[in-house]
Amino acid sequence: MCGIVGLFLKERSLEPRLGELTARMLHEMRGRGPDSAGFAVYGEAARGVSKICAVRRGPTADWADIARRLEAATGSPIDVTVIEDHAVFRTKGDGDAARKWLIDNVAEATVLSQGEAVEIYKGVGDPDEIAGRLKLSALTGSHAIGHTRMATESAVTIAGSHPFSTGNDTCLVHNGSLSNHNRLRETLKRHGERFQTENDTEVAAAYLSWRMKSGDTLKEALEHALDDLDGFYTFVVGTRDGFAVLRDPIACKPAVMAETDQWVAFGSEFRALATLPGIDGARIWEPEPATVYAWSRS
Amino acid sequence: MAGKPKTAAGGDLRNTTLDLASATLREVNDALQTAKAGEFRVANPRGAHALAAGLDGDIDVTIEGHAGYYCGGMNKSARITINGNAGTGVAENMMSGRVHVKGDASQSAGATAVGGLLVIDGNASARLGISLRGLDIVVKGSIGHMAAFMAQAGNIVVLGDAGEALGDSIYEARLYVRGKVASLGADCIEKPMRDEHRSDVRRLLDAAGCGPQVRVEDFKRYGSARKLYHFHIDNVGSY
Repeated sequence: MCGIVGLFLKERSLEPRLGELTARMLHEMRGRGPDSAGFAVYGEAARGVSKICAVRRGPTADWADIARRLEAATGSPIDVTVIEDHAVFRTKGDGDAARKWLIDNVAEATVLSQGEAVEIYKGVGDPDEIAGRLKLSALTGSHAIGHTRMATESAVTIAGSHPFSTGNDTCLVHNGSLSNHNRLRETLKRHGERFQTENDTEVAAAYLSWRMKSGDTLKEALEHALDDLDGFYTFVVGTRDGFAVLRDPIACKPAVMAETDQWVAFGSEFRALATLPGIDGARIWEPEPATVYAWSRS
Repeated sequence: MAGKPKTAAGGDLRNTTLDLASATLREVNDALQTAKAGEFRVANPRGAHALAAGLDGDIDVTIEGHAGYYCGGMNKSARITINGNAGTGVAENMMSGRVHVKGDASQSAGATAVGGLLVIDGNASARLGISLRGLDIVVKGSIGHMAAFMAQAGNIVVLGDAGEALGDSIYEARLYVRGKVASLGADCIEKPMRDEHRSDVRRLLDAAGCGPQVRVEDFKRYGSARKLYHFHIDNVGSY
C-alpha cells in the first residue's frame, strides 16, 4: 500500500500555505500508510548555506555536542536548530562533506537530507500525529512531498520511512517495491554513493542522485531509471526547483494528478487532492505508465 | 440528527440529496442500499471509496463529483451516473443495471462484472474489464493496457484506441475497437465482423447514447484464437 502526496506551487502567493495544504493531503492518505510518515519541504534557501536534517535514533541525542564535533571536523561554523527529535544543522562549508561526516561518526542519528532548500522530517506512528508534532502546517515553501507508509520491504523504523534523500536537495518517495535493489546498491557504492539503510527506496534515491551528478537532468535520470530499476513503483521526486512523477511500465501502483495555473499536485488517490484550492476547475488525469512527468520553476 | 439524509417533504424519496459534507459514507450508502425506489443525488463525494456499492433497488443515483474506488460495485439494478471521474474498480462485479461515468475511469473498471451496462464518456486506464463475465462496456475515449485480460463473456466497445496486450488470455468476451490497438495479448486475434456483431455494436452504441455518426463499419472485432484454453506443450512459450 503506502500513500504519496506531492504539491508543486506555481503561484508564489500560495507559498505561506504549502505546509497546511500538504498536511491536509497527507491526512487523507493516512489509511494507506498508518505505520509511519514523512515529508520533504522545499522552503526558504539562503545562498551558500547548506541545511542538513537529522533525526535521533534513541531517546536522546546531544545535538549541541554533535554540532561542536562537526564544526571541528569540517572547520566551518555550524548552527543547529532542534525540532522535537529532529535537528537542522546549517553550514556555509561543504554540505556534502558534513553529511558524510555525520553518517560516519554519529551513530545516534540518521541523516535525512542535505541541501540549501530541502528539509526532511519523518516519524513512526500515526501520520496526523507526526505532522502535528513536527508542525508541518506551519512550514512554507515552493513544493513539498509526503508519504504515509505501510511497510513491506524493510522494518517500521524512522530510517525506513520516506522521503529518502541521498543527494543535494534531491528527494524521493516511492509506492511499490524494487526487486533489483541489492545488486544496484553494490554498483552505486562503487560509484561513491553512501547508504544508511537496507531499504529499496534509498537505492532508487541514490540512483537518481548519481545520474544527476553524472550530468542528467531530472527527466533524463528518470528515463534511465526505466531501464535500470526493476520492480513496482510510483515515484514522486523533488529537486531544488523541480518536481517529477514516474510510474513503472505496468502501472502497478495508483496515481492521480491535477494541475491548475496555481499548482501541480499528485496523490495516490483523488481523495488527497479533493480539498486543494481550485480543484473543481483543475485538469485531472491518471499519469501514463513509463512516462516521465516533470515541472520546474525558474 | 445532522448527518441524516434530507428527504423532500412528505418523505418522498424523489430528488433526495445525500451530502457527504455532512453525512458519513456509511449513512449515505445505507440510505442507498435500503431504498427500493427514488432518485438520489450524492453531493461532495470527494473521492470517497465504495460509494453506491451493493445497490439492490430500482433507483437512480447521480454522484456530483469524482468518486473513489469501487463506485457502483456489485450493483444489481440501480442506474448510477458519476458526474466526474471514477477511481479504481468502478462497477466491479456489477450484476445488472447501469453505471455511467461522465469523466475518466481509473484501473480495473468493470472488473469481473457479470451483467448490465457500463458507459465511460472519457478514457479508461489499465485493466478495463479484467476477467469480464458478461457486462457490456462502452468507452467513448481510449483504454489503457491489459484490457479484457482473461475476459470470459460480455462485450467491450471502444471508440478510441486500445493500449498494449489487449485481450491477453481472453476466453469468449468480444472486443470492438474503432481506433488503433497498440498490441494484442497472447491468444487474442482480429476476427471478422459478421451481422450479429454489427447489430451488437449498434445496440450498445445506441444504449450509450452515441449517435449515427459513430459508424459500426469503423470497428474491428478482436477475440480468442482458442489456442490457450488448455495447456499444450507446444504453446509453452505463450503462457
